[in-house]
Amino acid sequence: MRLETDTTRTVRAFVVDNFLFGRDEGFGDTDSFLESGIVDSTGVLQLVAFLEATYGITISDEELVPDNLDSIQNIARFLGGKLAG
Amino acid sequence: MCGIAGVVSPGAGGADAGLVRNMIDMIRYRGPDAGGIYGDAHAGLGHARLSVIDVAGGAQPMSSEDGSLWITFNGEIFNYLELREELIEAGHRFRTQSDTEVILRLYQEEGERCVERFNGQWAFAIWDTRRRKLFLSRDRVGVRPLFYAEASGRFCFASEIKALLLCPGVARELDLEALIQTFTFWVTLPSRTVFRGIKELPPGHSATLENGQLRIYEYWRLELDPELDPETAAPDLDLAEELRALLLDATRIRLRADVPVGAYLSGGLDSTLIAALARQAAGDRLRTFSVGFDDAEFDESRYQREASAFLDTAHSAVRCSGDDIQEVFADVVWHAETPILRTAPAPLYRLAKLVRDNGFKVVLTGEGADEMLGGYDIFKEAKIRRFWARQPESLRRPLLLKRLYPYMDGMQRQPSGYLKGFFQVRADDLASPFFSHLPRWRLTSRIRTFLSGDVRAATESYDPLADLRCGLPPAWGELPSFSQAEYLEARLLLPGYILSSQGDRVGMAHGVEGRYPFLDHRVVEFAAKLPPRLKMKVLDQKYLLKRAAGGLIPESIRARHKQPYRAPDGASFRSDFVDSLLSGETVRRHGIFDPEAVGRLVGKFRSGRPTGVGDNMALVGILSTEILLGLFIDGRDSMVSPGLPARSVR
Repeated sequence: MRLETDTTRTVRAFVVDNFLFGRDEGFGDTDSFLESGIVDSTGVLQLVAFLEATYGITISDEELVPDNLDSIQNIARFLGGKLAG
Repeated sequence: MCGIAGVVSPGAGGADAGLVRNMIDMIRYRGPDAGGIYGDAHAGLGHARLSVIDVAGGAQPMSSEDGSLWITFNGEIFNYLELREELIEAGHRFRTQSDTEVILRLYQEEGERCVERFNGQWAFAIWDTRRRKLFLSRDRVGVRPLFYAEASGRFCFASEIKALLLCPGVARELDLEALIQTFTFWVTLPSRTVFRGIKELPPGHSATLENGQLRIYEYWRLELDPELDPETAAPDLDLAEELRALLLDATRIRLRADVPVGAYLSGGLDSTLIAALARQAAGDRLRTFSVGFDDAEFDESRYQREASAFLDTAHSAVRCSGDDIQEVFADVVWHAETPILRTAPAPLYRLAKLVRDNGFKVVLTGEGADEMLGGYDIFKEAKIRRFWARQPESLRRPLLLKRLYPYMDGMQRQPSGYLKGFFQVRADDLASPFFSHLPRWRLTSRIRTFLSGDVRAATESYDPLADLRCGLPPAWGELPSFSQAEYLEARLLLPGYILSSQGDRVGMAHGVEGRYPFLDHRVVEFAAKLPPRLKMKVLDQKYLLKRAAGGLIPESIRARHKQPYRAPDGASFRSDFVDSLLSGETVRRHGIFDPEAVGRLVGKFRSGRPTGVGDNMALVGILSTEILLGLFIDGRDSMVSPGLPARSVR
């Protein structure tokens, strides 16, 4: 399922470029990064650096959990709350 | 240590002596001291010699007294003095002091089973001129290499693949399934190589070629048969003492040489212990060598200096920067003859040069302890994952994950939620025969993302894990999970990478021979019977070995956490180097990788964005594969990049 918002588009573009290297065939917005194996054990640090730089936010250690960051949709939801709050 | 090659032509026309000479010339660096060729109407043998034992009398190929047998031999038989005594008692009169002659005479006495009596590291061929029979053998664990190919009615063998590529009819093609294996396990499965049609004689195997029939068989197998009953096992201290005595003798016989023997010091437990035992056995001041890094994350110089001071060795060290790695990287691929996923062989290449520049050609090293005595973090990782999987809801059990890989900064900075996600045991993982290695192999398999559409289509139905499953020993399912993990390390990564790309190949590039006391078959067989609790007590790695090392090495080294040897990967390469090898045009022409995906990976490194373990493996793997293609397969590639050797097989 794809929710085409600015956020999902931006995050998807980063994920496609950074983790899928342009090969996004069949990768859905709800697909888990960890389960699909596209991020390695240090990959989340890359993701956090990108989100903090792009959206001017700070992500705390407590927020670094797969529920917030393990799919494009999770990230969009997390960002929605974060930016609104 | 030496280089060997040969050709058998069962049909008319005989073996081509010129071909054998060219094959040996191609690997001359393995044995720069002398060379020789034997040829008759049916076979030719070649030899490039690094003179180590019986410098004056050990020339090869060597014949039996009656001239009916000829041998070309790469390696050392460390117990040759004892076997020689035995043969003299049986009536043999030796013409030389060499271990080569011992092989020949024991072969005359006991036939093919003579190899079961050897304690050593070898790859050799014996040509029986009367029976027109070729006998090939390779040591138990795969220290010395031996490749072969059949083409145009000839059977060809050699220490290295590049010599076989000179044989008419041997195709210069990449084996795509073998490439998938490499991009999963880091290595090809025995007996594959990444070159189609070129095979490797697996460790612990011999082969015969007679009447045109090639027969390959296993003469030794790693039998992991841990003593499971603690009631009947000897006390820990006795076992530690036994291990120490075995290692001392394994080291003692590995000091046998007619040239001086030095030792590597990595700063870790294994090499320090071997150096300590060498000092004890030889009684002389030992010469030691080490490599350090500009990057503190990889550098162990402090411990190397400490070990040297403690053991009072005469020590030399070479420092290695990213530029140094880049400078020799293509040469390293030339010698490794396979894609490599880490740059770690490059500093060892420089280390071997240091050894040679100091006038040494034999060094003792500490490889083998991690595989057989519980050293690797992957064993600990599997133990923690299994422990956690028994209570998946536990909040405390996954905290143990933080104790993994303390030397990897990126891993340590990883949020615990993500560590859990990465190492989480999936539903079907527990039932997998490869439980311990699944996270590593999944990570490595990410390189396959970069393969071109054509290669992906051609290999779509190939399952490397199914292939591996077919080759497992019959009793695999009954082994403790710890032993299963050990087996995978000892049978795959050890011969396929540690002893080759990081061992024989980078050493022999400079005519330097490594000797491995931990891989003495008596030590391996002793370790194979130890219960896992003596290898890793709870999470304490190499428990028994640490006890065996007590008092012999500095306490700080004995107690420190295992730090596997690593080197800077992607950060070693400058943009111009990467661009020259991975231009869209070159990548497209070679056809193995997708130029767009590779371009994005290169862009990621260039942008300075953080890169992970998978990214680094991919970059190094793609670079080395492209270099390999340019050197060995695509003769059109002029290879003008910095650091590339001005040679290729054409």
